[in-house]
Amino acid sequence: MDARTQEFVEYVQGGGQVETGDWMPDEYRAKLIKFIEMHGNSELMGVLPEREWILRAPTLQRKLALTAKVQDEVGHSQLIYRVVEDLGKPRAACLQDLVDGKSKFHNVFHYPTKTWGDVGVIAWLVDAAAIISQKALLKCSYAPYARIMKKICWEESFHILHGRDVILTLMNGKDEQRALVQEALDRWWGPLMTFHGTAIAADEDPMVYWRIKSQGNEEARQQFLDGYVPQIWELGLTVPDTELRKNDDGVWEYSEPDWDELKRVVTGHGPMTAERLEFRRRLLEQEAWVRDVVLAEAA
Amino acid sequence: MIFEVFRQERRGQPFAHAGSVDAPDLEFAEAWAREQYGRRQESEALWVVPREAVREVHDFPDELNKTYHRVDGYSLKAKLKEARERAGTAAP
Amino acid sequence: MSERAQRLLELADDELILGWRDSEWTGIAPTLEEDVAFSSIAQNEIGHARALYELAARDLGTTADALAFDRSPEEYRSAPLVELRRLDWARTIARHWLYETADELRLEELKRSDDAEVAGLAAKMDREEVYHRMHAQMWADRLRGDERFEAAVDELWPYALGVLAPEQRAALAERVGREEVDAVERGEHSDELRELWNEMTMVRRSIPGATW
Repeated sequence: MDARTQEFVEYVQGGGQVETGDWMPDEYRAKLIKFIEMHGNSELMGVLPEREWILRAPTLQRKLALTAKVQDEVGHSQLIYRVVEDLGKPRAACLQDLVDGKSKFHNVFHYPTKTWGDVGVIAWLVDAAAIISQKALLKCSYAPYARIMKKICWEESFHILHGRDVILTLMNGKDEQRALVQEALDRWWGPLMTFHGTAIAADEDPMVYWRIKSQGNEEARQQFLDGYVPQIWELGLTVPDTELRKNDDGVWEYSEPDWDELKRVVTGHGPMTAERLEFRRRLLEQEAWVRDVVLAEAA
Repeated sequence: MIFEVFRQERRGQPFAHAGSVDAPDLEFAEAWAREQYGRRQESEALWVVPREAVREVHDFPDELNKTYHRVDGYSLKAKLKEARERAGTAAP
Repeated sequence: MSERAQRLLELADDELILGWRDSEWTGIAPTLEEDVAFSSIAQNEIGHARALYELAARDLGTTADALAFDRSPEEYRSAPLVELRRLDWARTIARHWLYETADELRLEELKRSDDAEVAGLAAKMDREEVYHRMHAQMWADRLRGDERFEAAVDELWPYALGVLAPEQRAALAERVGREEVDAVERGEHSDELRELWNEMTMVRRSIPGATW
């Protein structure tokens, strides 16, 4: 490693912040772009399962809240892709790579939604898992990304409450509504357990090395379990893992998640991957003329 | 084109950089910034500025220790002690 | 049903169905910035519908949600313009611009109503609509001359006239800069509304009487 890069590593590991115009090692820039692009892709792909339910929302309040939640997620993707663009990869290239299957997005957005129960479980638990990851980015060494994370985390706070509200209303409702929640939870538990990724030791995690994120994968998963399993159990819901328990050292034990499935899914073989990417591609192409007309510089 | 957005959170506070929007002109930039940074009435006001109008300035050298115009350039403890002793008003 | 309730339902149904159509763009609009902005417009429309349903609900002894979701498709009073499924941007903007222009005339009249509640609500809606109009005009100016947009306005013009009472149509024609033609009137509902209604009410109908 050359001296300048070594100096940079010591700087970020000592808490130093990097701005857009600063010199940065190629490896740092490349890792940042890949990581942040995946985040932007995830926000944009996450919109697709949720937006179907905007149209089916069973009350005016829920329709408004869900539209606002999905709007926030699109807004987040806007913030995120702007950061990637300022690092050197234009938004159009990011979107093209996404629909061409050349870049990744988080596992949870490759799965179908089946009922209103999914709407609740996603807003309550999937968003909770995501927020834990996002909070670990608030001190990112790359300052423009850390700054947008602040706005993102602030906006996510209402999503969690909306999710909780939907779930509590269902759990306080008819038996069929309670069943919707349990059934959705049974389907989402697997993806939730792999969401934070395999347990990589902090000193082997490049994201921690470069101070892009401040928390290892297993630590994030433990934080999720600690915060949310009690919330699940107190409602009388069950988790489809008989081995899930908190041991005497305060560590959550669980059945080994299906890491093969995670790998298959994030490499583009999830149940809904192809269909969703095709939908995005179709709309991108259909409305390309708008970008050409509208975004063309004013004469 | 990129437009930088500055937002004022509450009356009387400074405008701080909040982010940027990609828009064809100032009219679209305003409409879009308004929603991205104000749809929850979270901003009192916004400034929307084309990126090329913003000149970033760096590098403020102080090679010759110009403490004369900073508070840390003035250590008066010893002089004050001497003056008090002269006036006979020093603390016992 | 009182004339007041009928009028309120007509307005509320227009805003609900248009808001539902506009909310379809959330997540898939031509640019991310526009996606966020257009979603706010859709939410405002649903919000207006809610406020209007709440007024009507008091007269009719029911709730806003019951009016919004629990009537059959034939009972809606929405204008054909808002019922059309037009998930392409040229037609969406054409409809948006035509509807906002028509609605401005309608709200002007409602703000002068002797009915203080209706006049007050119209004034509140109008203040939000200022931004909808600016947005619509901004896009219409950008797309003017584009053949897709002009064709869309041609197609939707008779429908736009049908949004308003006959005595207001001349004013609309003047604002839009087109000759008044035979309007596509309220009354007949298309299969498109039925399809929308099926999707809109499917969760609600799945467990009747539930709280969501």
